[in-house]
Amino acid sequence: MDFDGLFSNIGTLTTTGLTQGAIYALVALGYTLVYGVLRLINFAHSEVFIAGAFAAIWTWNGFGLDQDSSVTGLGSILFYLLVAMIVAAIASAGTATVIERVAYRPLRKRNAPPLAFLITAIGASIAISEAFGVYTRRLPQGAPQLVSPKPLFHLFGVPIDGVQLLTIGAALAMMIGLDLFINRSRTGRGIRAVAQDPNTAALMGVNKDRIILMVFIAGGSMAGVAGLLYDVRIQTLTYSVGFLLGLKAFTAAVLGGIGNLRGALVGGLLLGVVENYASGLFGSQWKDFAAFAVLVVLLMFRPTGLLGESLGRARA
Amino acid sequence: MRQKLARVIGGVAMLALVAGGTACSSGSDEEEAGGSACGSKIAFFGALTGSSAALGINEKNGVKLAVDKYNKENADCKVELAELDSQGSPDQAPGLAQKAIDDTKILGVVGPAYSGESEAAGPLFNEAGLVTITASATNPKLAQQKWKTFFRAVGNDLSQGPAAGSYIKNVLKADKAYVIDDQSAYGAGLADEVKKVLGSAVAGSDKVQGEGKQTDFSAVVTKVKAANVKAIFYGGYYQEAGLIRKQLTAAGVTAPLIAGDGVNDGAYITSAGQAAAEGTILTCPCQPSTEARGSFAADYKALNGTDPGTYSDTAYDAANILLAGIKAGKTTREGLLEFVKGYSGEGVAASYKFVEGGELDPAQVKVWAFKVTGGKVVPDQEIPKS
Repeated sequence: MDFDGLFSNIGTLTTTGLTQGAIYALVALGYTLVYGVLRLINFAHSEVFIAGAFAAIWTWNGFGLDQDSSVTGLGSILFYLLVAMIVAAIASAGTATVIERVAYRPLRKRNAPPLAFLITAIGASIAISEAFGVYTRRLPQGAPQLVSPKPLFHLFGVPIDGVQLLTIGAALAMMIGLDLFINRSRTGRGIRAVAQDPNTAALMGVNKDRIILMVFIAGGSMAGVAGLLYDVRIQTLTYSVGFLLGLKAFTAAVLGGIGNLRGALVGGLLLGVVENYASGLFGSQWKDFAAFAVLVVLLMFRPTGLLGESLGRARA
Repeated sequence: MRQKLARVIGGVAMLALVAGGTACSSGSDEEEAGGSACGSKIAFFGALTGSSAALGINEKNGVKLAVDKYNKENADCKVELAELDSQGSPDQAPGLAQKAIDDTKILGVVGPAYSGESEAAGPLFNEAGLVTITASATNPKLAQQKWKTFFRAVGNDLSQGPAAGSYIKNVLKADKAYVIDDQSAYGAGLADEVKKVLGSAVAGSDKVQGEGKQTDFSAVVTKVKAANVKAIFYGGYYQEAGLIRKQLTAAGVTAPLIAGDGVNDGAYITSAGQAAAEGTILTCPCQPSTEARGSFAADYKALNGTDPGTYSDTAYDAANILLAGIKAGKTTREGLLEFVKGYSGEGVAASYKFVEGGELDPAQVKVWAFKVTGGKVVPDQEIPKS
């Protein structure tokens, strides 16, 4: 064990861990929202993320940017980021909607058992992932370097760069927006009502199918933004990266308490940091071991996760 | 008397001819059942899709050229190429090997391309007696398995690892280096050899996940940066290597990355981005394709539309060894296996002769260093043996 390595680098390990954690958290929101309303683990959500990430890269490619082009000027950088973000969010929300329409709604109408949903979810995930794989000839796709990874300033001796600020900032902003949407808006109230008791909500005049669609769109947009942030940070995308990232995000959702929006944020950030600390302490090969060990131990003491399940109880 | 002798000799010669003829025809009768030279197949086994497909495609195109040439010269008796796409995955390798074994028309295999899949598929090929010549699986352990069907047309990591180490020590003159590997049979094996040569100059080491499973290397990057080294060695394949290089450069680490032949491909530069990839040193127990003898490079380009890449030439040579066997009438799996075992000859990349365990004769192994310059992998120098 390398305590020296951990403690001398703890600042950087924390900031980079939080950055990765912010991406986990944004993807985790999609799992948590769908679970909160439908009691369903949407395993195809990792592909919703991938769709957004590819859409962002192809948008930039459409503007003639690839991994070797450099973009200067704050205006054009913001322009490219914003356009790609909108396209990514639309692509992901669209993918999520299609998955709901094709893989889930027909089963729901026929009162299929939960196991059937699980299989269609995995099926949809593999089908979409393979389609991207075949289309990209399974080669990595490059994204331009839009945000410089050079440190902007030092906080307690820890270098902070633009990518980290953008990732964590955008993730927090999206979360706060979603939290307000769920808790303050009329549709949000509908979502909470359906989560709490779908039948009573329907009696009160809530259109369940519309609410479920809204949930998929909201979760999908978050995943789309996560895809964009992933592109900005990693700058290379392969069709297969969604699987493990989706699994981690799902872990983050469970860690924080599945069905709980704020839990997804806490779980995501915690997971990112734990992974990095474990890499520093035991070596990177122990990263996933540590992440899942923490999950198991935590669930032993708090079976509903850190903040508990609560979308329906209006505690979120 | 003299006339009599001549008659006797003539008679013996005629008898021999007739006997030879019947031997031939009975041979071809047998082949009807087993597989004759005409319509028999050689297979290429390696990643043609997936995250590490680029090397596999290089090799397949080399094999394709060899088969194409053979078929032009023997238009009345063609040989087919069977492409077996393993996606570079050891999990898929045994099933695919079984598929090759079940196809009785397949007499020999070029591949498997990578060490992990070779390890998984080797026992099956051995049991079936189907000869394999790999053009790129360089893990030393493969030759120690006592598989009678394993042959390697390149040097192993025991030649490549020390050479990479000696490059770091003697050419770069780095007194502090960081060693990373991807925990694969190939990557970890190579990294261990490098560590042995560098000894106390290894300032730290870490392990990452290969096969496209990891994309965020921030923890490794933090450690490398803190160690303040002069050189970084990576044992693994190009996709992760590209991401690591990109993230190292982003964090302000300027020390050069040295990696083995698994990274020696243009796709590494796409993955890392041209700016970050610049100056990376890549070793290979092979010579530059441009150094290949004869018209290989031109023929390859004419057939495939691209320049030959890493291992295109060795795969071409490996295929030619098998084809030479088929041409010599070794149209059973046993016959071809014996032929390869006893083979000795010149190819476009090197001279071939196999020693114990199927290893290429060490005297024939050359290790080259390549350098990424201006967005291209350019030959740097042949690393002297030491």
